Amino acid sequence: MKPQSIHFRARAADAMANPVLQQNLSRFASGGLGKLRADAVADFGPQAFEELREAARAIRERSLTHLDVWIARFEREASRRGATVLFAETAEDACDLVLEICAEHGIKKAVKSKSMLSEEVGLNEALSAAGVQPVETDLGEYIIQLASEAPSHIIAPAVHKSRDEVSDLFAQHHGKPRKSDIPQMTREAREALRAHFLSGDLGISGGNFLVAETGSGIIVTNEGNGRMVTTLPRVHVCITGIEKVIPTLEDLSTLLRILPRSATGQAISNYASFFTGARGEGDAEGPEHMVFILVDGGRTNLIGTELQDMLRCIRCGACMNHCPVYRTVGGHSYGWVYPGPMGAVLTPAYVGLENALDLPQAATLCGACSVVCPVKIPLPDLMRTLREQQVDRGLRPRTERLGLKLWSWFAQRPRLYAIATRLAVWAMGWHADKSGMIYWMPFASGWTGSGKAGEGRFLPAPAGRTFRDLYARRKRGG
Amino acid sequence: MRVGLLVTCLVDMMRPNIGFAALTLLESAGCTVVVPEGQTCCGQPGWNSGDRAAAKALAEKLIVEFEDCPWVVAPSGSCAGMIRTHYPQLFSDSPAMLARVRALSERTYELTDFLVNIARVRKVPGTYAGSIAYHDACSGLRELGVKAQPRQLLATMAGLTLKEMAGCETCCGFGGTFAVKYSDISTHMADRKCDSIVSSGVDAVVLGDLGCMLNIEGRLRKRGDATRVLHVAEVLAGDAPGNKAKR
Ligand code: SF4
Repeated sequence: MKPQSIHFRARAADAMANPVLQQNLSRFASGGLGKLRADAVADFGPQAFEELREAARAIRERSLTHLDVWIARFEREASRRGATVLFAETAEDACDLVLEICAEHGIKKAVKSKSMLSEEVGLNEALSAAGVQPVETDLGEYIIQLASEAPSHIIAPAVHKSRDEVSDLFAQHHGKPRKSDIPQMTREAREALRAHFLSGDLGISGGNFLVAETGSGIIVTNEGNGRMVTTLPRVHVCITGIEKVIPTLEDLSTLLRILPRSATGQAISNYASFFTGARGEGDAEGPEHMVFILVDGGRTNLIGTELQDMLRCIRCGACMNHCPVYRTVGGHSYGWVYPGPMGAVLTPAYVGLENALDLPQAATLCGACSVVCPVKIPLPDLMRTLREQQVDRGLRPRTERLGLKLWSWFAQRPRLYAIATRLAVWAMGWHADKSGMIYWMPFASGWTGSGKAGEGRFLPAPAGRTFRDLYARRKRGG
Repeated sequence: MRVGLLVTCLVDMMRPNIGFAALTLLESAGCTVVVPEGQTCCGQPGWNSGDRAAAKALAEKLIVEFEDCPWVVAPSGSCAGMIRTHYPQLFSDSPAMLARVRALSERTYELTDFLVNIARVRKVPGTYAGSIAYHDACSGLRELGVKAQPRQLLATMAGLTLKEMAGCETCCGFGGTFAVKYSDISTHMADRKCDSIVSSGVDAVVLGDLGCMLNIEGRLRKRGDATRVLHVAEVLAGDAPGNKAKR
């Protein structure tokens, strides 16, 4: 997928000006997945959940410390059990590998379960261009495929759409009378998809985890489509990031307890599908060929850097569910596959700092993300690290740099600072109205906005004298 | 107990009353308060903007100024959080400074946290009449665990009714320079906060960070709403502007 993150500001402005989207987002913000998670944590016991988070963090950390070892082990075990393991360094490599498989097996239609990595590498576009029809079978992904849109959330890709919008889409694409009852709509989608499942000759899935010990891939889903995709077609390709490898099944059992709770508040997802090798002798079902494609796509560049913690991510979406900025601007504003706090770190890391300048900046660093992250990724700290990298590489506007330099220069010189603040307080007071409000600020017009009613805020004026001056007077006995 | 009061740059400039309220509270808790004269800013703007050098210069200055104080207290979760949580990160690459930094950051407290957990205050000097909602400003809440402390102190005030508002832990959209750089997003977030405040039907929203106060108050006034926005120190000390029960 081609990154559009450089247009964050414009996209965010559009999102905020879109009343339907705002309504959908506020519905999401007020209840939604965040609330479900909170209930699940309360159920599990907050203290026990904290321990689980620590255990999950440690497992992911351990996996990454010796990632090369675990990948080698995974490759050995998966091959031994009849799967093929391929590696792709870039997005193009990944698409090429899939296309080669399509050519080799004469594939015409690929049914897909949800995979963020396939979005990352632009697999659907590559398949279509090569004459292979990709069909998304996860309900959310199916909806946005019909709408020709990108996902706006990593686990709820169509969360930006209202029921009405989906009704219209279905009526338009299914050629049946418009329905507005959700179970009826779901049934209709399921019927449309069934034909595809039966005619698809390639199944493409993502992989939530890859277990080194057994060479297995695991996906957690709620709709059962993942199971169809991984068992019905002749060939199954599991495409995922190289960082998804974990050492053992024991580790998996810990991660499976925390992932659904963090994502949707479920104790366990409806399905946890394991795939180990192709169909063996005597197996009742399964693909004839099973291929794992492990994609790097910039991941190894993070290993050993200040951003390595980000690779622990298990793609639960909790950080965006709790992010007040995400809940204001929606996922599409971020302009690439990964939105919200995790995207604010991953996108610049994968597509280049200079191609996503706003992402690490457009955050209040409120910390709501890091306290819910199941693998304790210090997301605000990583955004700060990226901000430092922007400064070091001269990617910040000159006025901003100058402003900070001036501030710090004065703040290091208390006498001058005292005079400067006295002046500033006086000047601001002079701009205020009777009720003590400043309507427009010359050097921080962002604070007050353009002066229109809906925009910005007033600046409550300073009280009149600095604490420093008043305190000195008090000490003198004045 | 000797306490160094970190006034914070915003309080110094915008709302000196909060600094004096903090002074009153600390003194009435039996502390001897010193206010290091040359103090300016903790360096947070530089730190959050990716300017490590600027942040470090100001942090070093602050450390020298407060080093001989057995306790450091700030009427701000965000500035106390900067020292407590971020100074050690800021100096993680200077082992020579790190021990000094840690020693200081460990004895740095947000005001209500200090009053409740160190000074063991159970009674506050002020009185207040009216209903309030408490907004949990982000840094205090998530970096320092300030949640029960202000509520516990407010609950001792006879004429005060504390109502919990929906989304009291959601960021108000201030975020330092974020409010200026992403004005429209910030205003949107402030609007949600204002909605919660207004629908909780209180006379005043109370919080512990001036930056967020200015954001919330500025937006409320622009919306034409007169709900008061008060610092917890002013309320506890009985010095809140417009307090009907003012001494
Ligand atoms: S960063 Fe953490 S909270 Fe966000 S998606 Fe990844 S694991 Fe989940």
